[in-house]
Amino acid sequence: MFVSLRHTVALTALACASLSMAPMANAKTFKWANSGDVSSMDPYARQETFLLTFTANIYDPLVRRNKELKLEPALATKWGQTNPTTWFFDLREGVKFSDGTPFTADDVVFSINRANGPGSNVNGNFSTMKEIKKVNDHRVEVTTTVPDPLLADKWASISIMSKAWAEKNSAVQPADMVKNEENFATRNAMGTGPFMLKERRAGEKTILVPNPTWWDKPEHNLTEVIFTPVPNAATRIAALKAGDIDMTYEVPPADTDSLKKDANIKVLEGPETRVVFLGFDQERDELVESNVKGKNPFKDKRVREAIHRSIDVDAIKRTVMRGQAFPTNVMVAKGINGYTPDLDKRPALLKPEEAKKLLADAGYPNGFEVGMDCPNDRYVNDDKICQAVVSMLAKIGVKVNLRAQTRNLYFAKILRSTQDGKPNNTSFYMLGWSPATTYDVHNVFEQIIQTPDIKTKKGLFNAGGYSNKKFDELANAVEVETDKAKRDAMIREATKIYVDDYAYVPLHQQALVWATRKNVDLVQPADNNFPLRWVTVK
Amino acid sequence: MTDSDIWWSFKSSPLTVTAAVATILIVAIAFLSPVLAPHTPFDPATLSLSDGLKPPVLISPDGDWTFPLGTDDQGRDILSSIMYGTRLSLVVAIASVAVAMTIGIALGLISGYFGGAVDAVIMRIADVQLTFPAILVALLIDGVVRTLISVQRHDEIALFVIVGAIGLSFWVQYARTVRGSVLVEKNKEYVQAAKVIGLSPLVIMVRHVLPNVTGPVLVIATINLGLAVITEATLSFLGVGLPSTQPSLGTLIRLGNDVLQSGDWWITVFPGATLAALVLAVNLLGDWLRDALNPKLR
Repeated sequence: MFVSLRHTVALTALACASLSMAPMANAKTFKWANSGDVSSMDPYARQETFLLTFTANIYDPLVRRNKELKLEPALATKWGQTNPTTWFFDLREGVKFSDGTPFTADDVVFSINRANGPGSNVNGNFSTMKEIKKVNDHRVEVTTTVPDPLLADKWASISIMSKAWAEKNSAVQPADMVKNEENFATRNAMGTGPFMLKERRAGEKTILVPNPTWWDKPEHNLTEVIFTPVPNAATRIAALKAGDIDMTYEVPPADTDSLKKDANIKVLEGPETRVVFLGFDQERDELVESNVKGKNPFKDKRVREAIHRSIDVDAIKRTVMRGQAFPTNVMVAKGINGYTPDLDKRPALLKPEEAKKLLADAGYPNGFEVGMDCPNDRYVNDDKICQAVVSMLAKIGVKVNLRAQTRNLYFAKILRSTQDGKPNNTSFYMLGWSPATTYDVHNVFEQIIQTPDIKTKKGLFNAGGYSNKKFDELANAVEVETDKAKRDAMIREATKIYVDDYAYVPLHQQALVWATRKNVDLVQPADNNFPLRWVTVK
Repeated sequence: MTDSDIWWSFKSSPLTVTAAVATILIVAIAFLSPVLAPHTPFDPATLSLSDGLKPPVLISPDGDWTFPLGTDDQGRDILSSIMYGTRLSLVVAIASVAVAMTIGIALGLISGYFGGAVDAVIMRIADVQLTFPAILVALLIDGVVRTLISVQRHDEIALFVIVGAIGLSFWVQYARTVRGSVLVEKNKEYVQAAKVIGLSPLVIMVRHVLPNVTGPVLVIATINLGLAVITEATLSFLGVGLPSTQPSLGTLIRLGNDVLQSGDWWITVFPGATLAALVLAVNLLGDWLRDALNPKLR
């Protein structure tokens, strides 16, 4: 009967087998791993950096970012404003999709409307757009409701799809991931980009090969890219050390030191422009997951303050993150336009008695119970941070029932519906946000902090529905203000409002740690995008 | 064979005595963990991040006698975690062996006593299941349950799922052993006599046949206990066993394994050593019991 031990080994070997693919005849195969899988192959399925950056290998945007994150021509060769509310894009001629069909203005108009339409999760990028029109086959014009100087920046993350392909495969609308829908574009992809999707097995592996008809000259030298999701961090690191994979991100803080000592491994580090924070449901009159009935404790600022000031981000930094985090009290990171250093100071921590007193004043002398949603494969040590929060809040009488799950299930539980703007099912959640579309604080204001409104497309990622009228007005004014001094003053005022309201609990910027084998060269942008077109394998 | 024979064979084997003492010690400490454990590691209110990642006290000057075996990154005391974890592992093992025994004995008795088509059907099912390793059957059952119920419900019933999964994967041995013994016993005079005086098959099976087949069953149960601990640990290590909110030894090893490469070895090594000691002790006991109860080996 001890046979089963041997089978256990066999089983483990089986699990590892997906990592140790047989070596290809040509050595330029690039194998890499992440803790989770790409949720979908549809570039509009989710406003999530990992999904956007993965699909951007297959699809091109109109304008893309270079290694310094500046805009450069991609499918559009020229762009600009003809008047404050009109943008034009001149499209590159002679570009073909990888199935051979030519790329024209029809594809752009189709794609933008698809990305702005039902089922899309990236529609927050089109809050100012009134209409997009085809002028001729190689020029489109966009009119906006208000002057929007950042339109091209926002659109740099919007991939362009083929109209004919989407229509042929009945994928004219993106499948709504919040409702767990799927369609052809969820598992297939076909664009103009540097790579083509060769094989997609959700949750197992995804294989890309170079697109021989790509319009640009490749900087990479890859012949095949194999992406494997490996949830277990230790397995991922062991695979990298053994050479079974060539690259992985993000590296858990605990493993950074040992990887640095390995002569075959390169470790790339830098702060990320993402802020990881906790949010509260402040919208409903009764929380979905709580023992408090008939009222919502998070609507009371004293409750939010008690929680905010009981979370010791420095302790999280020291133990859970092993020093690789930059605690913050505002929702944007240093380096983003509109970062306010003087407001980035966390209020002093409260003693448990003091926090309990605040809760008692708010009507919860015995604390309360609430459910919490966390991913366990999205941000660095996300579930461990949440566990630490659970124990910190337990000390002030708030019993948190943590649900840490894989990113797909977690996002589907917390994100608002992009169709009717209704809040989802979370009461207390973790989320990370990087204004990587514009590198400006307004992106955070508009998507995360403004009152959710499906008509204006504001606050679409404000999952808890925080709402402050004064803040909304300021954010709208910031959007159109061109005078820098005035704009900065308004940003400061708006920032102070949400900080004083304890609207969110900002935790930290995570450090960006990637690791590759010695023979791999790649570029690590600060927005945690990972474009394969800059990878070379020696 | 009398009781004193067994006692003599027990006494004369120092290895067995050591194993028995170790088993009793581990089991006693595990089940008394709410009293003995210095901390309650899974009550979040008692944890403090500032105690996180303390090394074991005898190894490093940074250690702290409050946490003799160190702490993990959440500030949980490793010693207490192991005590609670061992208790959970043992509960799962004992419960699943009980499930396997119940199913196995019942089917074995039925199969052996009635014979014919009933026997054929039950034994063919047993044959089919024997071709699968126990861990695979357990994985299969767990996987099916997982797809049937939502994630949040799963954490609550994880304990029952894993007990059921391991129990269902172990019943075959009992069924076969019991069936074999029943085939021998059922033609003996005392069974014939019971039949003649008109006792019902159920009474005959339970009151007369069962007591005479307990010896081999006891041996299998002891050996299976160690195996069940290992199976549970394997499942938990693969992430399909008990959740990290109620960690067994296997779950503790998995959690520690994540940080093993960064040098925090104590988080995984101590639960691992405990598991090894427990399984070794139980297996040694099982081996001895098999020899002691087998007259051919004496």
